[in-house]
Amino acid sequence: MTLLQGKVAIVTGGASGIGKATARLFASEGARVVVADTHEQAGQAVVDLIEQVGGQAFFQAVDVRRDEQCAALVAATLERFGQLDIAFNNAGISGTPGLTEAQSLEQWRLVLDVNLTGVFNCMVHQLRAMKARGGSIINTASIMGLQGTPGAAAYSASKHGVIGLTRSAALEYGKHGIRINALCPGYVTTPMTTGSDSEFNARTLEMALKTVALRRLGEPREQAEMALWLASDNASYVTGAHFVVDGGVTA
Amino acid sequence: MTLLHNKVAIITGGASGIGRVTAQLFAREGARVVIADMNAAAGLELVEQIEQHGGQAHFQYLDVCREQDCAALVDAALTRYGRLDIAFNNAGIFVPPVLLEDQLLEQWQRVLDVNLTGVFNCLVPQLHAMKANGGSIINTASIAGLTGTPGSAAYSASKHAVIGLTRSAALEYGKHRIRINALCPGLVATPMTQGPDSGFNSKMIDMAVKNAPLRRQAAPEELAVMALWLASDKSSYVTGAHFVVDGGATA
Repeated sequence: MTLLQGKVAIVTGGASGIGKATARLFASEGARVVVADTHEQAGQAVVDLIEQVGGQAFFQAVDVRRDEQCAALVAATLERFGQLDIAFNNAGISGTPGLTEAQSLEQWRLVLDVNLTGVFNCMVHQLRAMKARGGSIINTASIMGLQGTPGAAAYSASKHGVIGLTRSAALEYGKHGIRINALCPGYVTTPMTTGSDSEFNARTLEMALKTVALRRLGEPREQAEMALWLASDNASYVTGAHFVVDGGVTA
Repeated sequence: MTLLHNKVAIITGGASGIGRVTAQLFAREGARVVIADMNAAAGLELVEQIEQHGGQAHFQYLDVCREQDCAALVDAALTRYGRLDIAFNNAGIFVPPVLLEDQLLEQWQRVLDVNLTGVFNCLVPQLHAMKANGGSIINTASIAGLTGTPGSAAYSASKHAVIGLTRSAALEYGKHRIRINALCPGLVATPMTQGPDSGFNSKMIDMAVKNAPLRRQAAPEELAVMALWLASDKSSYVTGAHFVVDGGATA
């Protein structure tokens, strides 16, 4: 229960899905957590859940497309909690499904801005804050960052981009004791895949399930466990790598 | 201290290096451990050490090239402890550098026999034993299973193949709740890399250290903790994947 005792963690996209499960798990392991998201009500609800069981957290409204908001997130963390040890850059969107030729430039840009540039914006300020004492950064990519996905070119490109960014940053910051890795979830029961605004319908979800060796969707908690391990000192020799939690889809 | 409470684990190559430290860690976490190795003296001494610390362990002589030894190993676990939950197929060899045109067929074959066919020989009876209740199998590959390694073509080929075997087996046995993954160490301070009979020379070690952003070798403990996580229920949605612990060498 104390894997992250004394540590301070930022979780972007922390109001729902994988981010919510991770924020709660980090807090249960002793971390003080900053829950960052565009959804204020849901984000504050996660903070309440954490505090109800004796944890420490606060919510910060952040649109990761805005550099100044990412800067303010790190500044607020340092001001409130005095340090920054862990960042889970997890905020992301799925985009509009459709063939590549049917994507508008706006739709393309939106996905790239949130999923890739958003991670970049967050990392710039986190790296500056972590240089003195080291730290662990986990960026949520996807199995779609490792293989192609018809109908999701922008999402796939953005997630491949997150992996490239992660690897390069790891090479640069290893000497400062900052470890940087990517989490690659498969199909997980979250608002993004099974919510009302999700691009999956019953049929496409059924088809996706056929590719899962474990024959089921994943739980957000199962992704959170990987993020926890990567955030902890157990991962002391781990950097610049990607960690696939997908029930065997990419096997 | 109880991540593997009640579980029974086999560890091949368990008498030294990564296998040894993993056996100790698994036992501390509550597993009953069967240590399998060709080095009986070291294996028996390890069993004594584990038992002195309150753990339960048994040594079994194992030559992974002998199919009958691998079957007998699983039988021993079932006879002694009544079940098999975890297998860490970790036995492997590394030979001194040699360019392909100078590589003798006998040595090529030996490396393949131990590092690849040895894993296959172990897997077959383990899969039979685990089909009823599920389980977790971790095969030690290497970062040389992901990238080319000049001077070590046989080793690299054998470790790439361990990954191919791991992925295929994962796809076959997911429905039986058997998870199968590969561990990919970078440079680790063990007898295989630094012992008197090691195939590494000091120039190779220096180069590997320079090549890693974390600028050092791994301690075997840093691999053991990854094997522990993969053996445990924390990795419940993880199968058919490879887990790189290399200080950023392949970033």
